[in-house]
Amino acid sequence: MTATSAASGMKAQGAAPALKHTAQDGAAEAIHVENLHKRFGELHVLKGVSLSARDGEVIAIIGGSGSGKSTLLRCINCLENPTSGIIRVNGEEIKLKADSHGHTVPADRKQIERIRSKLGMVFQNFNLWSHMTLIENVIEVPVHVLGIKRDVAISEAEKLLARVGLAEKRDVYPAYLSGGQQQRAAIARALAINPRVMLFDEPTSALDPELVGEVLKVIGDLAREGRTMVLVTHEMKFAREVATHVVYLYNGLVEEEGPPEQIFGAPRSERLKQFIRNIG
Amino acid sequence: MPHLPDLSQACLPPTQPSAVRANNPGATLIDALLSASAAGIIELLSPYPPGWGGTLLVGLLHSIEIALGATCLGLLIGTGGAYGKLYGGPVVRDLLAVYTTIVRAVPELVLILLLYYAGTDLINQALTAMGYQRVDISGLAAGIAVLGFVQGAYSTEVIRGAILAIPQGQIEAARAYGMSPGLLLRRITLPAMLPFAIPGLANLWLIATKDTALLAVVGFYELALATRQAAGVTKAYFTFFFAAGVLYLLLSLFSNLIIGRIEAWSRRGMPSLKEAR
Repeated sequence: MTATSAASGMKAQGAAPALKHTAQDGAAEAIHVENLHKRFGELHVLKGVSLSARDGEVIAIIGGSGSGKSTLLRCINCLENPTSGIIRVNGEEIKLKADSHGHTVPADRKQIERIRSKLGMVFQNFNLWSHMTLIENVIEVPVHVLGIKRDVAISEAEKLLARVGLAEKRDVYPAYLSGGQQQRAAIARALAINPRVMLFDEPTSALDPELVGEVLKVIGDLAREGRTMVLVTHEMKFAREVATHVVYLYNGLVEEEGPPEQIFGAPRSERLKQFIRNIG
Repeated sequence: MPHLPDLSQACLPPTQPSAVRANNPGATLIDALLSASAAGIIELLSPYPPGWGGTLLVGLLHSIEIALGATCLGLLIGTGGAYGKLYGGPVVRDLLAVYTTIVRAVPELVLILLLYYAGTDLINQALTAMGYQRVDISGLAAGIAVLGFVQGAYSTEVIRGAILAIPQGQIEAARAYGMSPGLLLRRITLPAMLPFAIPGLANLWLIATKDTALLAVVGFYELALATRQAAGVTKAYFTFFFAAGVLYLLLSLFSNLIIGRIEAWSRRGMPSLKEAR
């Protein structure tokens, strides 16, 4: 969100449910995206999107299929390289340059790797490493990217697996688990790097309906304890419960944004009204 | 080596091929196939002189050395080649396409002759041009280099296919967590592609063990050449070539055992297909 909308967002939060964590005014900005454009060839997916997440905020990005919400999230850690725009993570601007084909690419690989290791990404299709057990999945990045001692990482990972209710599955390979269990393990893997921000890319979209609840409960707990998160989701009820700020994307632009009470309770834009009607 | 005690009675020592052959067709056949009695065969195949078993075993050892070296070199080339073909720039991709196409198009025997003679000649010419002494390139090193070069082309395609079979999300997840390209290759891509590559690579290993026999034409002392020498000296062709065949078979059977274990290990994260049936 922009500076002005952040201020109005804070005011509106007086009405937020008590259990919802509210970001402090003046909290440091963990993610700042400014005027982001992304083209895939002829396709102009993002047409100048700005977004900001302060420490402790939970930003929910909603929007229809093809609105660019996943692309926006994936640009934050440069899984997609933005065509133009500014991205700052932790106050550090991602350096971009044009390659020989005119595509924008990260200018400094080390910088990207450092920034990525502070962002805990959770994918729609879990993307656990299939040749590793759950505990191996969770300690992989701490040990091999962050350089944490193996025994320290293992004891941390055991706590995280216990936290997402998978303590007994520590030595099981992902393929032997349900989608909900895999996604909870993927959340533990993201938590293991002690991320500055958690990025969720439609974390429940690939799950059977009866498994959605267990994953949302874990994400909800994280939101309530004050984790900074950016969440792309189709679960409107959930977004309303946990988000401190909701961004509605339409056709590559921010159509409307604000606190969840306003977005879901009193939408101004016709498109948002229709979107909520259709989804609800 | 199977020896047939009851039949061997009918088989006379090679020094006296005589009357029995005429009125006993079975004995004629056996006599034609086995030029020595059972006792003679054991003596011929004994690992200690005057037996030739030791020669065969040394040849087998050399064959295994070359096959191992060539396969390792081939895997290195193949991994690099697959990476280059998948992620390299246009120049790298074109060069690799030329390499895999040519190597896979030309018969291996021709390649071996070409690379062995032309390769050593080229190296020596380069050395003399730079003012160094000519060197004798060891048969082992040359054999490994030549077969490894051939294996590399086939491995490139096997490994490229296997990398393409990895669910791309797993590679994306590794990138999203800040893994460097080297770490990603070592920790994620190689172990994740292994289950898809093992059947193809196992084929290549078995082919490599037998392709070592082609090196006999350039005079490298491996199992085929050792066999030919032993057979030529003793005239017991069938005995020695049969023995060599058995050695190749044993090598393949042993390889299958090891490969089976490696494959089971590489598939540790994958539910067995039997359970899914």
